[in-house]
Amino acid sequence: MTRAATAIPEIEINGGTMRFPAGRALRLDSGAKLEPLEIAYETYGRLNADKSNAILVCHALTGDQHAASTHPVTGKPGWWDRVIGPGRPLDPSRYFIICTNVVGGCMGSTGPASTNPATNQPYGLAFPVITIGDMVRAQAMLIEALGVETLLAVVGGSMGGMQVLQWAADFPDRLFSAVCIAAAPRHSAQNIAFHEVGRQAIMADPDWRGGAYEQAGVRPEKGLAVARMAAHITYLSEAALQRKFGRQLQRDGLSWGFDADFQVESYLRHQGAAFVDRFDANSYLYITRALDYFDLAAQHGGVLANAFQRARMVRFCVLSFASDWLYPTSESRDIVRALNAAGARASFVEIETDKGHDAFFLDEPQLDAALRGFFASTAQARGLA
Amino acid sequence: MSAPIREDFREILRLVKPGSRVLDVGCEDGELLELLTREKGVDAQGLEISPENVSACLAKGLAVVQGDGDRDLDHFPTRAFDYAILSKTLQQMREPKHVLSELLRIAERAIVSVPNFAHWRMRLSLMTRGRMPETRALPDPWWATANIHLCTLKDFTDLCRDLGLRIEACAAMSAGKPARSMDPDGVLENWRAETAIFLLSRAD
Repeated sequence: MTRAATAIPEIEINGGTMRFPAGRALRLDSGAKLEPLEIAYETYGRLNADKSNAILVCHALTGDQHAASTHPVTGKPGWWDRVIGPGRPLDPSRYFIICTNVVGGCMGSTGPASTNPATNQPYGLAFPVITIGDMVRAQAMLIEALGVETLLAVVGGSMGGMQVLQWAADFPDRLFSAVCIAAAPRHSAQNIAFHEVGRQAIMADPDWRGGAYEQAGVRPEKGLAVARMAAHITYLSEAALQRKFGRQLQRDGLSWGFDADFQVESYLRHQGAAFVDRFDANSYLYITRALDYFDLAAQHGGVLANAFQRARMVRFCVLSFASDWLYPTSESRDIVRALNAAGARASFVEIETDKGHDAFFLDEPQLDAALRGFFASTAQARGLA
Repeated sequence: MSAPIREDFREILRLVKPGSRVLDVGCEDGELLELLTREKGVDAQGLEISPENVSACLAKGLAVVQGDGDRDLDHFPTRAFDYAILSKTLQQMREPKHVLSELLRIAERAIVSVPNFAHWRMRLSLMTRGRMPETRALPDPWWATANIHLCTLKDFTDLCRDLGLRIEACAAMSAGKPARSMDPDGVLENWRAETAIFLLSRAD
């Protein structure tokens, strides 16, 4: 391989929307069909000659395909810019990195804001309920359309990690390795409870209009913002929140009213307000539902290890964060235990951090080291130069 | 090219059959697992408590689960391995008896090494100084040592009998010297062996 000696090589970014015409419908777990299907995606780097360097990156609940490119709405760097890039653990000069917007999403893939062919109106609540399995099946269609038969790795955090597990269960022969970060094999009662608060906030907003807000020219911004605020608390640890804000005030003295006196209030309001600019309320309902419905063991006779019976040749890496209370380490340990019981090759690290669930997006040298080591050795085992 | 192979690793290399499935409990930075993979073509898996060490193992392409030998052996299904290795850490476990029986649940055989508290240096140190021995095998003072369940060669063979374990092979080791095969019930061995390494299996 030759490498430019003078400048940092530019990342080759491609992407767009793959259209699957009617007749190539996505069959959903609910029994419904989705056609036509569009999957928005981005790729970084180039597929090598023997097509052995493709890595699929799966995004979390509110992520999208812009993993390492500037976000078109917010103008911010990609959500996993820290990990994908020249000299980073996922280097596009070495790997062909693919990231898709999940089905049900709102950044170009078919979702509740897409046009329902039956009515020529936005789907709204006529959109079928989707699952993590549906998201993965749509990704498999896209991967195939890109000419990739086997993925060197599938990697993701949070909901992305659940997609990784689903990939291992459904398409083990198309995977060489799997990296599951800060995820769980199922949604707990507490996870479902928090999501229900978010959904009720959206549906209680008068501008939600039973999901048909787009036709009415309004958006349930208040409800969606509250949903985001509640969810955002679950992404941070108590220690991180305390360190960042404590009881610090926005201005000198209290307002003796209900303005955002405390910095933490102002921060949450900002998180909520910024979120509504880039996310669709109905997508939020559908994707949180997909997460709540996720229970990998239940899909396999109640035994999690059975989900991985066919994945024994896949090299697994499971990572958790010590202060993550949304998907705590015990959930990752359950995954590891099941992988071991199935006889799969599993590695596991609990990363020491007090930053909570969101540590996945943040500067965590231990996470980088683990990812770097795992991908490098995986590439070597696969015979990549 | 590389550093000389540690004597205890050399002995383990000798005991492990090629191509077998091996779990190294407390595998540190994966040195032994790497050696076993290279020299014996084993299917290697590790359990290690320090996240830094696990990351180092990942970089070497080893499959390692972060965990604590005292708590996390239940991760592994019964008879998942041909060998479970525990090097010089049984005496640091909270429940050595349970750990030993767990090793032989998850593996057909266990390779376990323990420092012998009845070694003559220990006895001499205790007798002459009247204090907890500090020797080259166990160098830390009593208030800083990680060794909470020290035993003698005799104690260990008693425990093996108690658990219904068969000692298939046994060797004495001293720092820097090649391992020397020994009879674990030999009267003098309880004085002479600084560290003992055992190949154990279930008697049934």
